[in-house]
Amino acid sequence: MNQQGTNRVKRGMAEMQKGGVIMDVVNAEQARIAEAAGATAVMALERVPSDIRRDGGVARMADPRITEEVMKAVSIPVMAKARIGHIVEARVLEAMGVDYIDESEVLTPADEEFHLLKERYTVPFVCGCRNLGEAARRIGEGASMLRTKGEPGTGNIVEAVRHLRQVNSEVLKVVHMSEDELMTEARNLGASYEFLREVKSLGRLPVVNFAAGGVATPADAALMMELGADGVFVGSGIFKSESPEKFARAIVEATTHYQDYQLIAELSKNLGIAMQGIEISKIAAGERMQERGW
Amino acid sequence: MKRIGVLALQGAVREHLQTIEACGAEAVPVKKPAELLDLDALVLPGGESTTMRRLIDRYRFMDPLRDFAETGKPMFGTCAGLILLAGEVAGYEEPHLGVMDVKVERNSFGRQIDSFEADLEIKGLDAPFNAVFIRAPHIISAGPDTEVLCEYDGKIVMARTAQFLGCSFHPELTSDHRITEYFINMISVEHQSITI
Repeated sequence: MNQQGTNRVKRGMAEMQKGGVIMDVVNAEQARIAEAAGATAVMALERVPSDIRRDGGVARMADPRITEEVMKAVSIPVMAKARIGHIVEARVLEAMGVDYIDESEVLTPADEEFHLLKERYTVPFVCGCRNLGEAARRIGEGASMLRTKGEPGTGNIVEAVRHLRQVNSEVLKVVHMSEDELMTEARNLGASYEFLREVKSLGRLPVVNFAAGGVATPADAALMMELGADGVFVGSGIFKSESPEKFARAIVEATTHYQDYQLIAELSKNLGIAMQGIEISKIAAGERMQERGW
Repeated sequence: MKRIGVLALQGAVREHLQTIEACGAEAVPVKKPAELLDLDALVLPGGESTTMRRLIDRYRFMDPLRDFAETGKPMFGTCAGLILLAGEVAGYEEPHLGVMDVKVERNSFGRQIDSFEADLEIKGLDAPFNAVFIRAPHIISAGPDTEVLCEYDGKIVMARTAQFLGCSFHPELTSDHRITEYFINMISVEHQSITI
């Protein structure tokens, strides 16, 4: 008996991405560059986060033509973004055969109260989180993979570092907690009791957790791996740099060999100019993408 | 104690390491070619074959891996690992390692939404094996010295050629360790199994 869309199949797909780099692309040419550089998947979208930030307006699911073009161009998995709570964008992406959907705060939320009930879909989902409570709620809704939110489109790693440290320290706290403290911790985090019991017994999150939102250099990618990320998403950091091919390759290699510092020094030489970064304090509170989702 | 390496460039490395340890052997992640020395066997895990191939080339792993294959020590490829071992990959002019006498097709069950779990009847196992297929390849054709160990839906999904074992699915994602045990047992019979 053949079963599709099970947790094992959906979470397993993310397990196969571990140690890899998932790159944002906006057309077939960029997708081919990403694949040739060793990306484990590409994220098809209409504008990279830094352009969304610059242009403003409502950011939506990409034109399906772009996503299809990318799907035809590469043999690696293709992910695509749907707005938070946008049931129809998600169903459309699923119908198109996209391999993974990112219910993403990079796009303008369609629903400010409810996320998608992701367990109802055959296609797996990745969602952003800043702490263990958000992680628990997204997994509870059926997300099969997590990523830090960071602050997308900034080229500034500080928020991704904050979020990954926060999630991991909360996981560690739960792992070392006495069983009789879990219920109160569940209430405090807004997580289910069963979820915390699972984290405690596994000693880690039950799904893969990537870093995202601010990775701009090979050293940034390696830093996130050092801090315990399972892999890295790079949004604007590649195709907003001076030489995307070089950055893409160097970031892939630094992610694999994240503790080989001599190598990372070599990889970082002569890459050209990285994407221009933004100081987080210069972004108005209402424009911080990480505040989207709950 | 038997020392089994897992190629640790990308993919489901942790699961293979844990499964090997659960079977009572020593598990060693292999990130550099020098780490292939002193191993009794090697696992090529699931992941993205294009990514692994780029990293294999970049860090000059290809010759050391082929040398390892020539020693007669067992090698086990799961999913992307099977693609790396295969002698021929449909639609591509060159194979990767090209050491196992099978022809494979990538993503041959469809995209991720077509990925599935199924109970398989595998030769040599007494009871069905619950297998997870993720954007899986399958073996289109196998050479005369290849033993087909499992077919699913008319497709070859597990086979052995001498010291090379390959499967389309991910035994490392389940808690059933029988296939890894089978692979570890190939170590002791390695010399009898070199027939090619």
